[in-house]
Formats: sequence, structure tokens, C-alpha cells
Amino acid sequence: MRHLLSIEDLDRAGIERILDRAKSFTEVSEREVKKVPALRGRRVLNLFYEASTRTRSSFELAAKTLSAEVINFVSSGSSVEKGESLKDTVQTLSAYGPDLIVVRTPYVGAAELVARWSPAAVVNAGDGKHEHPTQALLDVYTLRERLGSLDGASIWIVGDVLHSRVARSNIQAFTTLGARVTVCGPPTLIPRGMEALGCDVAYTLDRLPEADVVYALRMQKERMTESFVPSLREYAARYQIDGRRLGARQVLMHPGPVNRGVELAAEVIDSPQAVIGQQVAAGVVVRMAVLYELLAGRTAPDRRPSLPTPQPA
Amino acid sequence: MSATRAAARSRGAEPLVHRAQPPADVLIRGAHVLDPRERRAPPREARIPVGFMASVTRRLGGEALTEMAELRDGGAVGFTDDGKPVHRAAILRRALQYQRLCGGVLALHEEDPSLSGAGVMHEGEVSARLGLAGIPSISESTMIARDAAIAGYESGRIHIQHLSALESVEAVAVAKDRDVAITAEVSPHHLTLTHDALRQALDTRLKMNPPLRAERDRQALIAALRDGTVDCIATDHAPHAREDKEVPFEEASMGTTGLETAFAALYTELVLPGVLPLALVVEKLSAGAAIVGLSLPAIAVGRPADVCLIDLEATWEVGEAGYESRAENCCFAGRTLHGRVLATLAAGAVVYRERAFALSAA
Repeated sequence: MRHLLSIEDLDRAGIERILDRAKSFTEVSEREVKKVPALRGRRVLNLFYEASTRTRSSFELAAKTLSAEVINFVSSGSSVEKGESLKDTVQTLSAYGPDLIVVRTPYVGAAELVARWSPAAVVNAGDGKHEHPTQALLDVYTLRERLGSLDGASIWIVGDVLHSRVARSNIQAFTTLGARVTVCGPPTLIPRGMEALGCDVAYTLDRLPEADVVYALRMQKERMTESFVPSLREYAARYQIDGRRLGARQVLMHPGPVNRGVELAAEVIDSPQAVIGQQVAAGVVVRMAVLYELLAGRTAPDRRPSLPTPQPA
Repeated sequence: MSATRAAARSRGAEPLVHRAQPPADVLIRGAHVLDPRERRAPPREARIPVGFMASVTRRLGGEALTEMAELRDGGAVGFTDDGKPVHRAAILRRALQYQRLCGGVLALHEEDPSLSGAGVMHEGEVSARLGLAGIPSISESTMIARDAAIAGYESGRIHIQHLSALESVEAVAVAKDRDVAITAEVSPHHLTLTHDALRQALDTRLKMNPPLRAERDRQALIAALRDGTVDCIATDHAPHAREDKEVPFEEASMGTTGLETAFAALYTELVLPGVLPLALVVEKLSAGAAIVGLSLPAIAVGRPADVCLIDLEATWEVGEAGYESRAENCCFAGRTLHGRVLATLAAGAVVYRERAFALSAA
């Protein structure tokens, strides 16, 4: 695997290989000196065009734990705001010689473009509403820890599916590992044609008790002004996961950050069913495994400019 | 006028109607702007017969009519706000009323902006998978139904540009059944490509408005061409600078070039597999002329010849030798097509010739 641009880049064996390696990295976090030299001398560039707390910091922590050098490039206050195009930025930053670029942008397919414009390996850390493959990997890691296996599990993804890259990556990762996925939310927030991803679609929580896992998505307040839902109050009344709706044997997940009192009621966030904290912790080891998968044992990318080779006269 | 050379290269001798498309082109606002251009262009710069359309509304703003009568006197073959719909029904109605005075077809880009929203591709399975905002088919079809109703009421004459959806074909068919003076066109790319191409590669050259839709839509457009619901094929040629396309998909400009590939794409994808007869494709590629009142290309005794010589056996890769057009944003780039234009004669003169092809008078 050269890049991780989409969860589709991984088959079942590929996902399991990363999860197994992530598991082996948990031991590093328990050491007094939380560092291994696996990626010593390698450069990781975090290229973030969107605000992010946990994704960026967990990539940074993952890279540093593996002894890689980390350069952070965030759009705020940078040349991006002076109108530099993504292509120019990527080509300029490539001069720093990154071995791997972690990229988040609000644009679908941007990670693929970065992979085309730079010789570095590329990890998609979120491209618009398209995909967020490392989130999917940390979620299946967390679930495997809790359930042992995803085979035959019923997973309900509840909320704003339309605007969610997490939903798109997770549907594919969950089904690849043998789970059945149902997406549920108001019809205005489920895109037309969603069934093509291999999931069922529901508009009410009536059948929620059949779920083994309830994955709540973040509901952004601006959706209200765009008339996707008449009010957050009505949304919460119909779709909020609360103590009444969440069964004792169900697992509750959320990609964070949580809007308390909107998609999740306060009482379930800290309930024993919730694995939200475990998801965050898994983020570091899973990202270590992804960086290791893409960089370890591989020679540095060919950085010679792609000019025609002069032929001897 | 690279466009007319590009057109000569592939479409042959049929006339080209140039639609004002800001910012890519001069915005035609008044007859004093149109006039000198019109007088100068055809004899010297343009290589094939060219007609100009003026905009329906001032600065394409959708708020006030242009001086339609004066623009007609200046040579405009019709009116269009191409790229934008005439969103306000009352403005379209006024234009149709005024059309009784000045004539000239109203060519309409049909789209309801409130339904298209921030959409960048067809709304369907592929947009759901990619997480891209979709443009639903009903954005186009509901506006066609509305505008056909207004045209019928005012006995006006409208032409629907670049039909893309099955529902739109149905709306045009209904209007024709009711004897509305309506014609419609379809582009080579909507006849040969679907949104599945974007599933394979999120290539900005495949981003256009209206978007590439689903297979059911493509099949409906082919059937409409066959049964006459769609009157002609038009390229909707839209050149863009490289920097407008070398950006993330959502940021990219909409549009594809199409003049140089029109015949070969249709011949390769529809004629060779036996979907449409060659004669029908040739007829429909030329039929747009009559819609805007330009003369049809013909070979007749005593008339200057309008002829296009095509080597149907020849194959070529789109873009391998560059383009006649200055723009490179062709949705067929990299495809191998059959059918190569060897030479084009317009008004009795050779206006395009393949470098390797020699013409000698008998």
C-alpha cells in the first residue's frame, strides 16, 4: 500500500493487519519512555486546511512516538489565505522533503490530488464529506476490542449521514469486517442513493433495539438554518440517543466532539456502554500502525524533479 | 478564434452558434458592442459560419431585459443567458412577449438554483458515495415544465439547451404534444458518459453543468434523439484555463470542451456499436442551424460547398497531439476515438486540413 486515501484501499486482510499492529503498539504507551525508533529520520507533514483537535494531535503523537520528525502546516495565517492554490502549496511544501503527508481539507478527493502532486506517501485525514479512513480504522479497532469480532454484528449509524465523512468510511469498514449497517436519520439528512454503499436506511429509531452497536454522528447547529431539520429540539426528540433508547447490552460510539443534549443525552456519554474515550485512545495506536505500514521498510520517495532524463550524445 | 478552427476540425461545416459566456468571453450587452464584432468576425477570423447570441437579461443578471430588438438588428440570431436560468418567471414572460416584436429564439439553460444549491455533480448513487453535493434531475425538468407552460401561454418560441435528464425529456415531450414551439438539444457528452465515470476518477474535466447523469438518463436521451423529442446535438463547448481545473473537484469551474471530439465521440460510442445510424448523427449534428435560422450545410449546384471529409477508419487518442482549442479541459481526454476529420470546406473554401492530407483540384 502506497497511500491511505480511502478505506477502499484496504481489504479485510489489510484492515486486520493494521489492527493487529496497532494492538502491538499499545505496549509502547505503557512504557516509561513512550518512544520507539521505528521511523527515526523520517519526516511527517501534517497539512490541515480545517480545524481539528484530536485528529491532528493524535497523528502528531503517533509520528513522534515512532521517532519521526513532524512539521505542522495549518491553513490559518498561512499562504493558503493569501490565495495560494492547493497545488502550489503542496509543491512548495514538498521541498521540505516529507516522507509522508497527512492531509485534511474541506474538499472531496483532495488527498488524491496531494498524492498526485507530491512524491510523498499520503494519508487522508478527512476530505470534505467523502472519507476519513483512519477514523474508520480506530472505530473498528475499538469495536474489536469490545466485541472480539464484528462478524454478524448489527451497527446503526444515527444522525446527519449526508454531511458525514465518518459515516461513508465506517459503512465500508464495518461491512468489510462482516457487520450489517443501518443508517438512520431524518430523510433530509440521508443522501439519495445511499443504499448503494451496501447499508440499510431507516428514518425512525423503532428498530434500534436490534442494534449491537449504536454509532451517533455529530449534529451541527447550522443544519437547522439550512432547513435540514426544523429545530434541534425536534431532532433531539426523534433521534437523540438517551438512557431510555440505549439498551444495556448495546455499545455506544461517537466520533467527537459531542454536542451534549443534541445527538447524545448527558447520561449516556458517561455510561458503561459508551466507548468514546477508548475511540480517542485507539486513535494514536491505529495512526502509528498506519504510519508504520506506509513508511517502515520503504525507501524514501524519489524526489528528483520529473524532468526528461538527458540522453548521452 | 480558436473555437471556429476547433469546430472546423471536427464538427464539419455546420454553423457554430456562439453563446456569450462570461467571464470567458465578452459580455454582449448592447448592439453597439455586438455590431462591429458581427461585421468583422465571419469573413476574416471565423472559419465556418458563426452566429452570435445575445443575452436575455442585462449582464446575465436575470433582472432586466436587454435591448432585444436592437440586438436582433445587430445580427443576434437569438437570446440566451447560458450558464444561468432565467430564474424569474415574469422576466422570461416579458422576453417571450417581446419576442413577438423582434423574433429570435430564446435558448434556455434550465436549472432551478434553489434545487441545484451547491451541487457539483448528478445527485444519485455516485454523489452519495463520494459525499459530493448533488444536482437533482428535477432541478432541470421542473424549470423546463415551467418555461414550456409560459411559452405556450405567450405563444413564444423556446429552445432548451443541453438536456441531461430523463425527466427533462418527458417534460419536452409533453410540451411538444401540446404544440408548444419548443426545440431541444443534447450534448455528445451526455449521450456517451454517465456519473459512473466520476466513480472511476474524480476528474475535473468531467465536471459540467448540467452534470453527467445516470445510465437511465443517457438511454432516455438516446431514445429522444431517435424519436425526435430532441432536435439536435450541440456541444456546449466550454473552454477553461488550466488553473480553473487543476483544483479540487468542488472548486473547479464547470464545463468541458467538445467541438473537436463531437463527431468522433458519437461515432465511436453510438454509431459503431449500432446504437444510432450514422445518417441520424450527421443530421442531428447539423440540425441546430435551422433552429437559429442559419442555413443548413449543403452540396448543391451553384452553391458554395459546405463539406466535411472524415476518415471513419482512422483512430486517434484525444489530446495526444494537443488541441486546436486553446483549452485542454476535454472530458474525452485520453480516450481512443474512431473517425478523424481530414478536411472541412465552408463556403467553398478549405477552412481546415489535416497536415498530412493533400487536396488537389480535379
